[in-house]
Amino acid sequence: MDLENQARIKDLAEKYGKENLIVVLGGAEAEASGLAAETVSTGDPTYAGPLSGVSLGLKAYHIFELKDEIDPAVYDEQISMMEMVLEVDEIVNEVKNYRG
Amino acid sequence: MNFPVVKGAAYALIQAKEMVLHHGTTQTSEGRKNPASEHLMKLPEHLRSFQDAVSYPPNQVYIGNMTPEDLRSIPRPWYQAPVSGASRNGKFGEIMPEDEFLGLMKIVDAFDLVVLEEQFQNSVREKLVGHPVLGDIMGLEKLSKDPGNAEEIRKLVDGHTAQPMYFEGKLVGCVKRAHEFDEALSDRVMFENLVGKASATFALKLLLAKTKLQPDEVEYIIECSEEACGDMNQRGGGNFAKAIGEMCGCINATGSDTRSFCAGPVHALVEAAALAQTGIYKNVVVLAGGSSAKLGMNSKDHVKKGMPILEDMLGAFAIHIGENDGINPVIRTDGIGRHRIGSGSSPQAVMTSIVADPLDKLGYKIPEVDRYSPEMQNPEITEPAGAGDVPLANFKMIGALSVKRGELEKSELLKAVNSFGMPGFAPTQGHIPSGVPFIGHARDMILSGEINRAMIVGKGSLFLGRLTNLFDGVSFVMEKNSGVFQETGFNKDEVRLMIAEAMRDFAQTFRGK
Repeated sequence: MDLENQARIKDLAEKYGKENLIVVLGGAEAEASGLAAETVSTGDPTYAGPLSGVSLGLKAYHIFELKDEIDPAVYDEQISMMEMVLEVDEIVNEVKNYRG
Repeated sequence: MNFPVVKGAAYALIQAKEMVLHHGTTQTSEGRKNPASEHLMKLPEHLRSFQDAVSYPPNQVYIGNMTPEDLRSIPRPWYQAPVSGASRNGKFGEIMPEDEFLGLMKIVDAFDLVVLEEQFQNSVREKLVGHPVLGDIMGLEKLSKDPGNAEEIRKLVDGHTAQPMYFEGKLVGCVKRAHEFDEALSDRVMFENLVGKASATFALKLLLAKTKLQPDEVEYIIECSEEACGDMNQRGGGNFAKAIGEMCGCINATGSDTRSFCAGPVHALVEAAALAQTGIYKNVVVLAGGSSAKLGMNSKDHVKKGMPILEDMLGAFAIHIGENDGINPVIRTDGIGRHRIGSGSSPQAVMTSIVADPLDKLGYKIPEVDRYSPEMQNPEITEPAGAGDVPLANFKMIGALSVKRGELEKSELLKAVNSFGMPGFAPTQGHIPSGVPFIGHARDMILSGEINRAMIVGKGSLFLGRLTNLFDGVSFVMEKNSGVFQETGFNKDEVRLMIAEAMRDFAQTFRGK
């Protein structure tokens, strides 16, 4: 996960409290999405960024998992094309792994 | 309308494996953080020979000796499928080795910043004097002058006032800083800018050699790389375009630089099309050189996966846009695609604005475009780094958009993707893969009647510059020339005649009264 984003998420968790935060991912691929989910829950596995060794325990969801929470018109306009293109199940299963 | 045409395209690659080690930012950042890094130790073992780079199938496609279609039939990994009898010379351009390129950097250096060690300088001079395209380049005599000695070069590099130039593991030269304090003129910036200038100069020389365009016929040059040339008071002052034109004898040209990260080249081509169509400039060249900073960007993953370092190529191109000649493929300027500030940044919003909207204007459905050329990165480079097959992802998005618009059955999606898509073959040099590598092939295919039209798509990630989160994208359709066109501009004599007739009519009316 991008080092700048790691820093931003760390700051937000400190500012608003871990319990008040979830992370919504838009990754296009399972491995990268899983890596992001892992980074915000157990820490940066690559030990490159501010979340190295920092276990925020945040729950990450891929936007595909939140379909029911979103206005169908907005979802259709913003996400439905990518839903047709990407490996949805693979991505969702990978992200779920890190929610404990 | 009298559309402008694509008159020619040239492409250059330079294998720069020492620059991967010493100038690629993945490596220089790693070196700063951890000089004893395992990655830096292992990396040299993964560098490939010049011949391996020449016979690498995607590189042969880039310089036009093979087509993107040919790549489909070569099983991956392509780095294990060398093209037998591959030549460094191609239909559209050439693949140059690193030593000749270091010589070219000295040739294009106008401020005596490049120092080459004497023996090395002599050896590259011989090679460049005999080079079919560069043998007559202005400034070649610099390789007979002011050689440096190894000790002096080592001292400059160790003193951090110069960037090293290596060839086959040996320090053979350096690029000195151009100012004592000015960061915009530091040795690092000057190195990168000279790499950009030298590689783009090579591409323009190739264009002039491989097409009928004469240097003095070029009226405007648009440079569209991602470098910035300037000083501390105006960091991006410019002007790469004129500096490059000067090297190639384009004495009648002026020019300027256009920037938009990877979307830059397509913006520049649209600008060139407008200039040529209006007749403001008859012959416009859009060009860009390569980026040494991006070399070996994904090399950590390539090393981990036991692959050769495929990101050892600097890319460059030069494309000639001119007035309609009734023959060459036209650029449909009545249907330019653009990502608007208000378009939104989701992939769907981007694709709608740059693919669907312009096609609506032209009255075409998505499947009626024979080929799409979005970001044409070589998947063999991006997949091991977790970025997937970028062109394929784009073709799927275009197909999915077509399904959503009711132009295509969902069950036909993959078939359509196969038909209008093609394997990626361009080096990951940012602006280089973005749409433009296919223009030479598209021109050939349209001229031969193999296809009728292609859409060239450029996309740029503007957030990288930290001024906006907006995305960027531009597109245009290249199409078979109908052969029907009008002479552009107005004819002074005709206008005089018209005015005279109007005056006569007026006089007669007046007399009649």
